[in-house]
Amino acid sequence: MSADINIPVQKVDHREKVTGEAAYVADIKLPGMLYAKTLRSEKARAWIKAIHRPELPEGYFIVDHSDIPGQNRVKIVINDQPFFAEDRVNYIGEPILLVVGPEKQILLEIMAQIRVDYQDIPPILTMEDAETPDFQPIFEDKKYFADYQITKGNQEAGFAQGKFIFEEEFTTGYQEQLYLEPQGVIGVYENNQITVYGSIQCPYYVRDALMQAFGWGSERVKVVQTTLGGAFGGKEDYPSLIGGQVAVAAYKTGKPVQLIFDRSEDLEVTTKRHPAVIRLRSAVDENFKITALQADIRYNAGAYCGLSNVVLQRGMFNIAGVYQIPNIEVRGRTVATNTVPNGAFRGFGAPQAIFAIEMLMQIMAQKLDLDPLEFKMKHLVQKGELTITSGTFRQEVKLPELIAAVDQISDYRRKTNEFRSSKEKALKGIGMSLFLHGCGFTGSGERDFIKSQVKLRKLPDGKVEILAANTDMGQGLKTTLRKIVANSLDLPIESIIYQNPDTTLVPNSGPTVASRTVMIVGKLLEEAALKLKPRLNEPGEVEVVENYRHPLDMQWDDATFRGDAYPAFSWGVNAVEVEVDPRTYEVQIKGIWSAFDVGKAIDDRIMRGQIEGGILQGLGFGCLEKMECRQGKIQQRSVTDYIIPTAMDSVKMEHRLIDNLYADGPFGAKGAGELTLIGGAPALAAAVSNALGVPIHRLPITPEYLMEVVKNGKAD
Amino acid sequence: MGKRIEFTLNHQKVSLETDPLRRLLDVLREDFELTGPKEGCGEGECGACSVLLNGRLVNSCLIAVGTIEGQEITTIEGYRDSERFKVLDQAFADAGAVQCGFCIPGMIMAAEALLRKNSKPSEMEIREGISGNLCRCTGYGMIVEAIQLAAERGAGLW
Repeated sequence: MSADINIPVQKVDHREKVTGEAAYVADIKLPGMLYAKTLRSEKARAWIKAIHRPELPEGYFIVDHSDIPGQNRVKIVINDQPFFAEDRVNYIGEPILLVVGPEKQILLEIMAQIRVDYQDIPPILTMEDAETPDFQPIFEDKKYFADYQITKGNQEAGFAQGKFIFEEEFTTGYQEQLYLEPQGVIGVYENNQITVYGSIQCPYYVRDALMQAFGWGSERVKVVQTTLGGAFGGKEDYPSLIGGQVAVAAYKTGKPVQLIFDRSEDLEVTTKRHPAVIRLRSAVDENFKITALQADIRYNAGAYCGLSNVVLQRGMFNIAGVYQIPNIEVRGRTVATNTVPNGAFRGFGAPQAIFAIEMLMQIMAQKLDLDPLEFKMKHLVQKGELTITSGTFRQEVKLPELIAAVDQISDYRRKTNEFRSSKEKALKGIGMSLFLHGCGFTGSGERDFIKSQVKLRKLPDGKVEILAANTDMGQGLKTTLRKIVANSLDLPIESIIYQNPDTTLVPNSGPTVASRTVMIVGKLLEEAALKLKPRLNEPGEVEVVENYRHPLDMQWDDATFRGDAYPAFSWGVNAVEVEVDPRTYEVQIKGIWSAFDVGKAIDDRIMRGQIEGGILQGLGFGCLEKMECRQGKIQQRSVTDYIIPTAMDSVKMEHRLIDNLYADGPFGAKGAGELTLIGGAPALAAAVSNALGVPIHRLPITPEYLMEVVKNGKAD
Repeated sequence: MGKRIEFTLNHQKVSLETDPLRRLLDVLREDFELTGPKEGCGEGECGACSVLLNGRLVNSCLIAVGTIEGQEITTIEGYRDSERFKVLDQAFADAGAVQCGFCIPGMIMAAEALLRKNSKPSEMEIREGISGNLCRCTGYGMIVEAIQLAAERGAGLW
């Protein structure tokens, strides 16, 4: 039974979605429901001197910070972000108040009549601005939300051994999640209880935010997930902000209040992938072995901290990629600027770092006149060796098998030689990326912060219900978790129930983030199922509870970032083939191949969906998706201006999975969702670099950028 | 400002009095409670609101309801009982083409519009046929396969 868990089954939510019957938050209409629109800051940084409000028609309301019964701070990591601005604004688009009422058209008319008097404060618009002494910091008296350091080995000694020294700077831009369903929530106040329904990745995060906003206990707060139309990290922390706003609006008006974002609003004001500047310095000895790496990583956090510090940590922990480098020193900073706050996006800080290290490896190899893949393979980490945080790679590292698999299906080595020696100027190139992803929360997070609990309940009719707080955002969790339980109990999948989580009904099994759910929550469910199995024939209801237990051999020190940052790693290799137009420098993708070690796929077809979707998002990050902030304002505010890949931008993909069973994951499974995004951009960049014979230092790789690089050797 | 408008919606004659400048998408979702068509962008770029207008694929967010007097509109709700839908439904399931599902009602309508014009489309023709419908989850490959599969299995239906 368990050996073939990967055999695909029809997704349990297929039918309701294909027929259009599934109810997303915008499809829900409650009796007497009011609608809300958000009045936002037009200034990057200013004092609010006065707000002139028109007289409101009957049944219309304005909701602002003075309506919040508890604390006007969104509970995320640090308490710096208000639900509604008080006396100042810190970025363009920051919410000031909601206008609420029954007719959407009238809401717009009221909005147009509200006037805000601002008094400008000089804004910190860029990471460079933040470095100058001209500005008052946004966050306490600091320029950075975090300024971290990690050290492995001896940096000075490592550089002393070096014969060749390299120094390169890499930059990456914003990336917007662009889930097809915009952000949306509904607040309801009845029977002394606040309920928030919505497109929410982490219902318990929203619950905690509501408890703080109201100053109430958990018995008066309820959060229910509605069908998620995509999230990719974009609905991890943001729903805590807007969930709090509609809850307060419902409390004030006594009616249900629905807030649905326009796409332009969603593009402009919600969290995105952090723009990054990464400086790397490395040393290579006479045997072409890397002896040292020094990294300086800056992520533009925006005006409030949100999850930025955690994102940065993952960026830092990934900066050596899959390579064994004995001496490493990393400084990482999240820079506070008067721009839209950034947050979680599939990969969570790793895609920027992996792009930088993969490009550095390519540049070093080319300057040393070595084959990039051979140079990389000389440095691959192996089982038993130390991670960048001086933890241990505990599992076999199957990178050589993954590389061989991709080489075989893509014909990478032959094409590399062929394109290199080609006399025709068709500008063809193929590139390969190697990468890893630490599965689950960093360090002791699962033990000290998340403390997952799941329950399984056998019902009187013999069916078994999964009680857990994790959400299906399209990644197929409703199917995979059911499969794990069904297989463990030897029951058909139809006998297992898993509803959209409601925080008053299910225990807190933790957020659906960090590629943790199948591995951590799935394992808890597998163990709960094994406990329940001998009791299946008992009459009535039977409930079993399972609590997270931390692997005893995992050590982590949060103060020094030393130890095992992750319990396990998943691995990937991508190859991308491109053709670059010699006149326009447009990049056309001709082939996409990949191989992954995710332990064991719980469903091969769902895994394929993760692979193909993740890679295309990574390629979008690599060459299409350009978002700029000028004078504090996001310029791409429509899907016409912010381009994501269409079916015409992709090609048929081919992949291989290599099993590498992980004892602490269900049926051997590790994390998978984020891993698949990470390798696309660096493989593409390597391919473009090979096609044009120039180094690539920037994402996205636009034709304008390539033109400059080809003309000047580099872009400014 | 109100105007009486009559049209055929999902094979039935309907009539309503409304502002003729309202978007068809809003009329479908609000007045007829047909929530299969979704609003993903509101500017005709994402295709989540796709419906058929006289058998042709259109973005219902770009159409003023006043312009469809006497015309025929089909949404996923009026299509999902058909034989052709059954074939597409099963093909989308077997290819694993549905993830978050938000683009899917529009994607199904795009597939119908394509197969109606071209019952044996090539991979490139399918990619072209759905290029006005964005999907952020799948990378499109499994959707393309689903439509290929439906074209094979539904031979004679289109």
